[in-house]
Amino acid sequence: MLQLEDVHTRYGNIEALKGVSVEVRQGEIVTIIGSNGAGKSTLLMTICGSPQAAAGRILLNGEDITRTAPYDIVHLGISQAPEGRRIFARMSVLENLQMGSVPSGGRHFEEDVQKVFTLFPRLKERINQRGGTLSGGEQQMLCIGRALMARPRLLLLDEPSLGIAPILVRQIFNAIVEINKEQGLTILLVEQNAFQALKIAHRAYVLSTGRVVMEGAGRELLANPEVRAAYLEGGQKEVA
Amino acid sequence: MLYFLQQLINGLTLGAMYGLIAIGYSMVYGIIGMINFAHGDIYMIGAFVTVIAFTTLGIVGITWMPLALMVVLLCAMLFTAAYGWTVERIAYRPLRGSFRLAPLISAIGMSIFLQNYVQVAQGANVKPLAPIITGGIQLGSDGSFSVGISYVQIMVIVLTTVLMAAFSFLIAKTPLGRAQRACEQDLKMAGLCGVNVDRTISTTFVLGAALAAVAGLMASLYYGVVDFFIGFLAGVKAFTAAVLGGIGSIPGAMLGGLLLGLIESFWSGYFSIEYKDVAAFGILVVVLIFLPTGLLGKPEIEKV
Repeated sequence: MLQLEDVHTRYGNIEALKGVSVEVRQGEIVTIIGSNGAGKSTLLMTICGSPQAAAGRILLNGEDITRTAPYDIVHLGISQAPEGRRIFARMSVLENLQMGSVPSGGRHFEEDVQKVFTLFPRLKERINQRGGTLSGGEQQMLCIGRALMARPRLLLLDEPSLGIAPILVRQIFNAIVEINKEQGLTILLVEQNAFQALKIAHRAYVLSTGRVVMEGAGRELLANPEVRAAYLEGGQKEVA
Repeated sequence: MLYFLQQLINGLTLGAMYGLIAIGYSMVYGIIGMINFAHGDIYMIGAFVTVIAFTTLGIVGITWMPLALMVVLLCAMLFTAAYGWTVERIAYRPLRGSFRLAPLISAIGMSIFLQNYVQVAQGANVKPLAPIITGGIQLGSDGSFSVGISYVQIMVIVLTTVLMAAFSFLIAKTPLGRAQRACEQDLKMAGLCGVNVDRTISTTFVLGAALAAVAGLMASLYYGVVDFFIGFLAGVKAFTAAVLGGIGSIPGAMLGGLLLGLIESFWSGYFSIEYKDVAAFGILVVVLIFLPTGLLGKPEIEKV
């Protein structure tokens, strides 16, 4: 469904991605793990065209989207729940969800909003509350809900577990598995919480300083001693 | 008391015009974080289009006032909006993403360009506009002083109220307004939601220019004269109003405009007309010392 071929991304003189090739197939959960500054968020933002890749190609169902404007990419079926959640703080929960439905033109709004509320009942209780006053976990639910409102074919999730109470983390990961299983939605998940991510992923990539250093099935990487040492057992050692 | 009432009426009229211009400053600042220094000159263009349109209608023979006023209003808004759109397209969009001062300098350049362009195209003389709406209502008199509200003032206040209500509705309730607010809060995220960011920014300039055009129309009817330099002081005043109300906030711009108009009018009425600008800017200084974000500005604190 999505292919990245030797993608390079630069911020000024700094090369954040140094030739990354990643593939996401229809119906999969693919996860990208790696430490801080490995380029995980950059990878997701590059897929969305903000910033655009300096070199390499990004294909969505065979169509080249490397030079497509960010807002057009959303209309092609990729939506993102970005790093830091980026909730519209001075808008209500409802309005945030309405912003999510921009690509579908608000046509299936009622139906889609009910789906989101079934997934995250907490949002329904908060419907008229301002986004900025929600707790971190609620904001994350809203962020994922907003991304789902676009009716994406591919959902990009950036660190949904960051800074959230453990009980909510489990709830959010359950929701991710649920939308993948029941709606067949393809998901690309970026996580520092490698253990949780690898458990639910079909396939995984390890990113380190802008390069893919390892790839394989989720379970496989979970059992890999190097991955365990670097990302799972509190280790600081970099994967070579 | 009568004197007070008269100053109140004059102040509201003046404040309405400041408020309409200030919205343009505030919206543009809110969405792309720049001060559009050419906005005062956009207002000046609006005033010129008004004069030209009225003169043309007079030649054609349309003199029935309500019809003429509607036609001129539409002309002024359309033409001026086109200028606003073009200015953004030519002078600001190519500079988006460059260093912060670049569009600011470009805006000052645009302001100078527009002034000189109008000076060359229309001449440097003051252009008079024959009174179109005359007369008024006498509200009271105590022999030596009489208080009244002219029809022009009524037109200014009513039109401003209607426009601001419509505009507030547009921003608060429509998808366009929602996209506008989303861009104002997080431009990048709005793009990730599928909002065409460039188009939303253009719309912001168009809306701001259209409101400034209405202010231009009001000013030319109210004062009866226009020249190529009126945009400068009106621009500075409206910018002050926007800052006073809290730049980035649309209700703030309206409030700031009204306050500024009232301050000027009361100061001129009770103290000295020469120092009205000193009073206006002095109060701005005091407000900013105690409320650095302005009266209705939002501090940038958000729960993370």
